[in-house]
Amino acid sequence: MNDSGPPHPHQDDTGAKLGMWLFLYTEVLLFGGLFILYAVYLQRYPREFAAAAGELNLALGTANTVILLTGSLLVALSVSAIGRGNCGPAQGLLWGGAATGVLFLANKYIEWSAEIGHGIYPGSPALAQRPPGENVFFGLYYITLGLHGLHVLIGSILLAVMAVMTANGSIRRDRFVVLENSGLYWHLVDLVWIFIFPLYYLLL
Amino acid sequence: MTQPTTANAASRGFLTEGGKYPGLLGWIFSTDHKRIGLLYMYSVLAFFLVGVTLGVIIRLELIAPGETIVSAQTYNALFTVHGVIMIFLFIIPGFPAIFGNLFLPIHIGANDVAFPRLNLFSWWLYMAAAALILISLFTGGGPPDTGWTFYVPFSAQTTTNVPLAAFGAFVLGFSSILTGINFVTTVHRLRAPGVYWGRLTLFVWSLYATAWVQILATPMLAITLVLLILERLLGAGLFDPGSGGDPIMFQHLFWIYSHPAVYIMVLPAMGIVSDIIPVFARKPVFGYWAIAFSSIGIASAGSLVWGHHMFVSGMSDMAILVFSLLTFIVAIPSAVKVFNWVATLYKGSISLDPPMLFALTFIFLFSIGGLTGLILGSAATDVHVHDTNFVVGHFHYVMFGGTGFAFFGAMHYWFPKIYGRMYHKKVATLAWGIMFTGFNILYFSMMILGLRGMPRRYYDYLPEYTDLNRVATVGSWILVAGLLLMFVNLIRGARHGAEAGGNPWGGLTLEWTLPSPPPAENFATIPVVDHGPYDYDRVSPPHE
Amino acid sequence: MNEPSHAVVSYRIFIAVWLLLLALTAVTVAVSRVHLGALNIWAALGIASLKSALVIFFFMHLKYEQRIFKIFLLITLVTLALFIGLTFFDVLYR
Ligand code: HEM
Repeated sequence: MNDSGPPHPHQDDTGAKLGMWLFLYTEVLLFGGLFILYAVYLQRYPREFAAAAGELNLALGTANTVILLTGSLLVALSVSAIGRGNCGPAQGLLWGGAATGVLFLANKYIEWSAEIGHGIYPGSPALAQRPPGENVFFGLYYITLGLHGLHVLIGSILLAVMAVMTANGSIRRDRFVVLENSGLYWHLVDLVWIFIFPLYYLLL
Repeated sequence: MTQPTTANAASRGFLTEGGKYPGLLGWIFSTDHKRIGLLYMYSVLAFFLVGVTLGVIIRLELIAPGETIVSAQTYNALFTVHGVIMIFLFIIPGFPAIFGNLFLPIHIGANDVAFPRLNLFSWWLYMAAAALILISLFTGGGPPDTGWTFYVPFSAQTTTNVPLAAFGAFVLGFSSILTGINFVTTVHRLRAPGVYWGRLTLFVWSLYATAWVQILATPMLAITLVLLILERLLGAGLFDPGSGGDPIMFQHLFWIYSHPAVYIMVLPAMGIVSDIIPVFARKPVFGYWAIAFSSIGIASAGSLVWGHHMFVSGMSDMAILVFSLLTFIVAIPSAVKVFNWVATLYKGSISLDPPMLFALTFIFLFSIGGLTGLILGSAATDVHVHDTNFVVGHFHYVMFGGTGFAFFGAMHYWFPKIYGRMYHKKVATLAWGIMFTGFNILYFSMMILGLRGMPRRYYDYLPEYTDLNRVATVGSWILVAGLLLMFVNLIRGARHGAEAGGNPWGGLTLEWTLPSPPPAENFATIPVVDHGPYDYDRVSPPHE
Repeated sequence: MNEPSHAVVSYRIFIAVWLLLLALTAVTVAVSRVHLGALNIWAALGIASLKSALVIFFFMHLKYEQRIFKIFLLITLVTLALFIGLTFFDVLYR
C-alpha cells in the first residue's frame, strides 16, 4: 500500500483476479458435489460403471479433449498477446477460442443425439431395463456433462464478447483484467473436462 | 477528517445524499454498501415478520390436541415455509448482508467493498429469489410440504411445488456466494494503512470466516438443489434406490452445506458480541487472538460435522462415530469464545445499555443451545430425541436465542450510527425483558415436551402433552408482544428520536469516528489507524 | 500497490505446455486400455491432476501470482478432499 492511499477499487486488478479465483472455487465445489456422487457410486457399482462407460464414444471424447486443450492454449496466448500490445492477433486468438467451444458443443450434439437415439437418456424405459448401476452412471453422465456443456456455452459467449471488446479498444495493453478473468473462466471449463474425460470415457 | 458530529438536519449523510437517481431509484440502484445494507435490512426484516406470523400460527394450531385451526396438510406447508423463510431469507443473509455490508468496509477503513456492483446484484438476486419462493406458494401444487430440508424421497414425489421453491433457494445461494466473495476480497485488498490483521475488529474476523464458509459450502447446496429439481423433471434416479441411487447421499450433500450454514448464521453473531462487550465493559477484549482464531476454527471444524444430522438415517456406524467425535471438537472453539467474553467482563465497568443486554442474552441463550447440542451430538442420546420437539427447542435456542438476539443487539448498537438518532432506551430494555421471558417460556417448554417424546412436524399430539403446549403457545404471544414493542420503538426512534451524536456508546472502532449517519463517501481521506479496536487501556474513545 | 500482477508469459512456454498436455492425454488413453484393476482409476486421476496442475500454474498464471492465490487454492482442494473423504466413512463401512 503506498502513501497516497489505496487505489480506487475499480483499478485493483489483483483484487479483481482474487475475486475471480474465489468464484472459480465455488464452481469447483459445485462440480465437486457431482464428483462425490460419482465416487460413491463407482465404489458401489464398479462393474456396471465400466460396462456403461464402454458404450460412450471414446473417439469423440478424445477429440473434445484435444479441442478444449487447444482452446485453452489460444486464450492463454491471447492474454500474452494483449500484454505485449498485439491487439490484432489477440482478437483472432479469442475468436479461435470461441470457435473451439462451438466445435466442442457440435461434437457433443452428435454424441448425445446418437445416444438418445439408442434410448439412453435419464428416465428412459430402455435404461430402466438395465442393472441399477448403469442407470446411475448415465444419470450422472448426462447431468455432469450437461452442466459442463452449459459452462462451455457461457465461456464461448464470454470469449466472443472479449474479442469484440478487444476490437473496439475497451481491452488494451494497460487494461485487460476482464480478459484475464474471462480466460480464467475458460480454463476452468477445461479443468473440469480434464477430470470428466478419464472418469467417464476411460473407465475399464 | 470531517468533524464527527451529527450531520445537520438538511443532510443526513448517506440516507439523503449520494446515489445517481432521486428517490427510491437512488436506493435500489445504489452501489453504496451502506444503502445496500439497509435495503437488505428492510427486505430481510419484512420476511422475518412473515416468518414470525407463520410461527405464531403454528403455535396456535398446537394450543390443543386435534385439528384446531389448520388442517394437517396446511400445517405441513406452514412449518416448511416458516423454516424456508427463516433459514434462507432471514438468518443466513441476516448478518453478513445487512451488518456486514453496512460496517465491514468502515471497520477496515475503506470507502466501499471490493465489487460494489456485484454487491447490488446480490441484493437483486435475493429479491428475485424471494419472489420465486413467494410464487411457489401459490402456483403448481401449492406450497411445499417437505420441511425446509427437502429430503428425498418425499420431495421427489410430493405433488406440491417443490421445484420452484428449491430453485428460489438455489438463487439465494448465489446471492450468498457473491457476498462471500466480496467480503474475502475486501478484507484482503482494502484495509486502510495501519489496519493489519491483528487490528481487524472481531466482527470483521468473524465475517471473514463466514465468507469462506459461504464460498466453499454454498455450491454444495446449489448442486443438491439442482439435482433435486432434475430428479423431478427428468427422473434421473440418482437418489432413487429403485434405479440404484441412494437417498442417504442426498442427506450427505444437503448437510455438507446446511451444517456449515449454521456457522454462517452464528459466527457473525459471535463477532458482534465480541465487539459489543468490550465497549460496554470499557476494557480491552480478553484474548483477541483466541477469539479471532476460534472463528476460523469453528468455520473449519464446523464444516466437517454434517453427519450428526444423520445419526438415525441408516448411515454406517463408523461414520456415526467419526461425526460424533468431530462434533465434540467444535464445542472447543465455541467454549473458548464464551470464556473470553466472560473474562472480558471480569472487573470491567459494565453499563447495561440495550445492546449489552442483548449481547449478554446471546451468551446465555447460546450456551443453552450449545449444551443441548451436545446431547444431540452424541449418538447414543440423539437416538432418543431425534425428530422430537427437543430438536426444535435446541435450534431455536441457537438460531433465535443466539443469532436472533445478537441481531437485535446489533440493531440497537448501530442504530444511532445508521440513523443519527437514539431510540427510547427504557422502552428498549422493557421490550428486551418481554422477549427474553416469552422466548424461554416458549422454547423451554418445547424442549421438555421433546424429552417426553412429542415428535416434531405434527399438527396433533397425545392429550398428555396439552399443558406444556398451552404454556408454549402463551410464550409465543409474549415473545411476539416484545418483538412488536421493539420494532415500534425502533421505528419511532428513527423518525423522532433525539440526535445521537457521533459516538454515543464510546466505541473505539472506526465507524465511531464518522458523523452519524456516515456521509455517502465514508472517509474524506482514508484514515491511518494507529491503535487496535479495543485499546481502552491506551486511548480514549473519540468525541465522547 | 506495485505488484507484478500482469506477468507476460512467452508464447513458447504456452505452446510447450500445450504439447505436454496433448502428450499426457495420449498417455492417459493408452494406460486406460491396459487392465490394471483398481490402479486404473488412480492412474487416470493422477494424470488428470498433473494435467490440471499444468493448466492452473501456466495457462491460469498461478505460478506468477502472489502467494495468497496459492494458499486459497490449497484451502479449496483440502476442503473438497475432506468432503469426499468424510463421506466415505459412511459408504465404505455400511
Ligand atoms: C416468534 C417466533 C417463532 C415461533 C413462534 C416459532 C415456532 C416454531 C415451531 C412451533 C416450530 C415447529 C413446527 C413443528 O415441528 O411442528 C418451528 C420450526 C422451525 N423454526 Fe421457528 N419459530 C419462530 C422463530 C423462528 C426463527 C427466528 C427461526 C430461525 C432463525 C426459526 C426457524 C425454524 C425452523 C428452521 C424450523 C423447522 C422447520 C421444519 O421442521 O422444516 N423459527 N418454529
